Amino acid sequence: MSSTSTPIDDLLRGSLDHCVKCTICETQCPVSNVTPLFPGPKYAGPQAERYRVGDEPSVEWSVDYCSGCGICSQACPQGVKIAEINAQARHKLKRQNGIPLRDRIITRPTWLGRAGTPVAPLANFTLGFKPLRALGEKTLGVHRNGPAPKFAGRRFSKWARGRSGPVSGRRIVYFHGCGTEYYEPWEGQKVVEILEHNGFRVEVPKQDCCGLPLQSSGLFDDARKVVLRLARALAPHVREDPETIIVGNATSCTLMLKREAREILGLEDDLDLKLVSERTYDICELLLLLHDRGELKTDFKPVSERVAYHAPCQQQGHYIGKPALELLALIPGLEVTEMNARCCGIAGTYGLKAEKYDIAMAVGAELFGQVRDSGASTVACDSETCRWQITHGTGLGSVHPIDFLHRAYGL
Amino acid sequence: MSTTLSTDVLVIGGGATGCGVAWDASLRGLDVVLVDRGDLAEGTSGRFHGLVHSGGRYAVKDPKAAEECIGENRILRRIAADCIEDTGGFFVTTPWDDPEYADRFKAGCAATGVDCEEIDLAAALREEPRINPSISRVFRVPDANIDVWKTVWALARGAQDHGARVLPYHAAVAIHREGDRVTGARVRGARTGEEIDIEARVTVNASGAWAGRVAELAGIEGVRILPGRGIMIAMNHRLVNTCVNRCQMPTDGDIIVPIRTVCVIGTTDEHTEDPDDHTVFQSEVDAMLDDGEKLVPGFREARALRVWTGVRPLFEDAKAGNTETRDVTRAHALLDHEQRDGVTGFVTITGGKLTTFRLMAEDTVDAVCRQLGQERACSTRTEPLPGSENGEPYRLGERLERKEQHLSDAQLICECEMVNRGKLEDAIRRRATTNLDDIRRLLRLGMGPCQGGFCIYRATGILHGLDGLSAEQANEALRHFLQERWKGVWPILYGDQLRQARLDDWIFQGVLGVGHPPSSELDRSAT
Repeated sequence: MSSTSTPIDDLLRGSLDHCVKCTICETQCPVSNVTPLFPGPKYAGPQAERYRVGDEPSVEWSVDYCSGCGICSQACPQGVKIAEINAQARHKLKRQNGIPLRDRIITRPTWLGRAGTPVAPLANFTLGFKPLRALGEKTLGVHRNGPAPKFAGRRFSKWARGRSGPVSGRRIVYFHGCGTEYYEPWEGQKVVEILEHNGFRVEVPKQDCCGLPLQSSGLFDDARKVVLRLARALAPHVREDPETIIVGNATSCTLMLKREAREILGLEDDLDLKLVSERTYDICELLLLLHDRGELKTDFKPVSERVAYHAPCQQQGHYIGKPALELLALIPGLEVTEMNARCCGIAGTYGLKAEKYDIAMAVGAELFGQVRDSGASTVACDSETCRWQITHGTGLGSVHPIDFLHRAYGL
Repeated sequence: MSTTLSTDVLVIGGGATGCGVAWDASLRGLDVVLVDRGDLAEGTSGRFHGLVHSGGRYAVKDPKAAEECIGENRILRRIAADCIEDTGGFFVTTPWDDPEYADRFKAGCAATGVDCEEIDLAAALREEPRINPSISRVFRVPDANIDVWKTVWALARGAQDHGARVLPYHAAVAIHREGDRVTGARVRGARTGEEIDIEARVTVNASGAWAGRVAELAGIEGVRILPGRGIMIAMNHRLVNTCVNRCQMPTDGDIIVPIRTVCVIGTTDEHTEDPDDHTVFQSEVDAMLDDGEKLVPGFREARALRVWTGVRPLFEDAKAGNTETRDVTRAHALLDHEQRDGVTGFVTITGGKLTTFRLMAEDTVDAVCRQLGQERACSTRTEPLPGSENGEPYRLGERLERKEQHLSDAQLICECEMVNRGKLEDAIRRRATTNLDDIRRLLRLGMGPCQGGFCIYRATGILHGLDGLSAEQANEALRHFLQERWKGVWPILYGDQLRQARLDDWIFQGVLGVGHPPSSELDRSAT
């Protein structure tokens, strides 16, 4: 599967035929609007693609400055797979120029999590210790101020194994992702409790990373292995029963399972991944579906708080609207302001990279300003890396939207 | 009032052959003047699919042509390296082809010295995943592509470096004769209106499909050219990166050539009386797309960019009456009118194909030297063209690579073909032209998916600023360019290119109102 000439590459490349040069993608690109280093999605995507020949060497460097947020593909009125074409080109560039050690490390949340969790206090101290971060920037190229998360010191899966949930109820498979596993296990606990409150019996299979950080850094071969391993782990839990679905709270990771791994990594033919892709739901997507069917419990107590909601780029890539906004609107007393700035800048690991940190902060500046102006005390956002970036950029706390549902349910 | 020039060799016709003659003769130390009624390579040379034949196409049908092709193919790769991309070629047996032909093809290649290797089907499909998986055999041959405008201008520049004078937009209006000797020609500048008398010791008629008309100007009858008109369709991007040929006797729609950012399917062959006939029939377009579908499934859904026609200059011996033009010889015809008609100082070169232009030029200048009674050896087999001295073959990624080095300091004017402002301004100054189509042929300006939709208003503004043109002249340059582009777009208006045409139309007719530009009186009264 390492060939760049798989049929799916053709499908992505073929989509450039739809480009009418209208430039709408360039007006929407958060990166090219703040830096001359990235010439923009139209240039890097449908334009440059016509100059790329299968096995000839990559002649570009600028496409590496695309953050992969995917806004261009969402904005394109003609259906050009711009971000996906760029991801392919970035992969080719990285394969040719070699992968920096940094990119091999920060794209492996599982390794980091396993190494950091048992020694969380020390690891967190290191991550917060300025001289060491400066050293890390010099030696590895991870920016000293990049919003690195703190290890929770415990793993979500251990909590899940150690408890006994309800024995009856509708079965549901929970894909918690690495952020919940190592950094924010409490978010996972809330997901489980909300689902159980609504009559589900939650199954938590043994699972690993979805491969998105690898994919967005251009390490396609590794990403394929990782996402297929996850698909193998999840598929058996849903194969027998057509009613059982998979739900996740890491919106970027569920998007990877739903669409990106198949499209960008050329894995359309894998049956396990296909099954997982068809059954996967974002947590807010699922809860709103339940509400639409009258199946969501609405015994919400008032929560008096002002919250700013930011829909991450990757959440927008689900093409499901903004279900979190509608769910938050169900909570009495909660004052929600929707932020209309498009991107926080982090794009997974992009904003951690020394050469891209300033770009990521410049991208996020508009959002940070809106958040501050909103007078909110907390920011709700569906993606963990975006939350860390927003907290880094604003100093305000940030949580997954389901935190407010959990509070309102009084769980 | 007319001026007079004097030279050893006057070449009439600025296609690949004429420019090749100018280059060859100037390298041999002859003084040369070259004229063309339009721009260089505006006729047949600039209107083909871009293939440098390996000879495979003629291996069975015309072994002599095959031998010439493979010989010239090897030479061109050396002397015109910068104009040639080594794509390689496949001959594939599709379900529509006679399976017996493949063995004859293989034997023909062996007999004519065309390098040909049968390759594994799976390997071929991995290399070119879009080609029809139901093919049964694949042969690899050394086909390549050539950027003909780059080639022709390199030939012209090389000739100029050796003292030649190159005069595009100068049409021959009369050929001077003194008894049985041609002594030169009178040409008229299309832009200046000025007439120039050119005295020449030998006049070379290299006007291709128009050679009969030019010969008539010299009072020579019976040079009969059967123009064979063919259409070609450029697709929006490269569906294949190898030249893909049907393995069968040459016929319509049997080849896809990847060239620059596009790939071109060709071609048809219809007899026409008029070499300036550029009619495109809908039925031809449909047939061509169907042929494309046989080589690359999904071809009809892919975006067609443009269609154009070219006219082959097929020379017919006056005695023969066959008008099925594909069966008339593809070999070139050199007419020494001293031997043929008893007229000295005049040579006609016509027929042939682009791949063998250098050989045609060599034969022609040999004949010129015979007429001059001089022994001058040809050196075009080894002398590289300007720009090709280092022997590095052209790669498609070159423009992207150069652009990457000047991302923030070079303003991109034509986004599709990555032409930056500096290049455009240089070209306008160098050509001293107000015709944006001339610039297009030099830089590929406006030749991409939007067909000038986003670059031509920019380029017009730049032209206006540089040349001090009046607003009316600038408007005219813009309208002329749009009309030229439209000719190639309207016959393939479907799918994505139709959407593009609508957007372009909104830009030019809707926003800019190019159909009704303000007159200068209104301009003045408004200010």
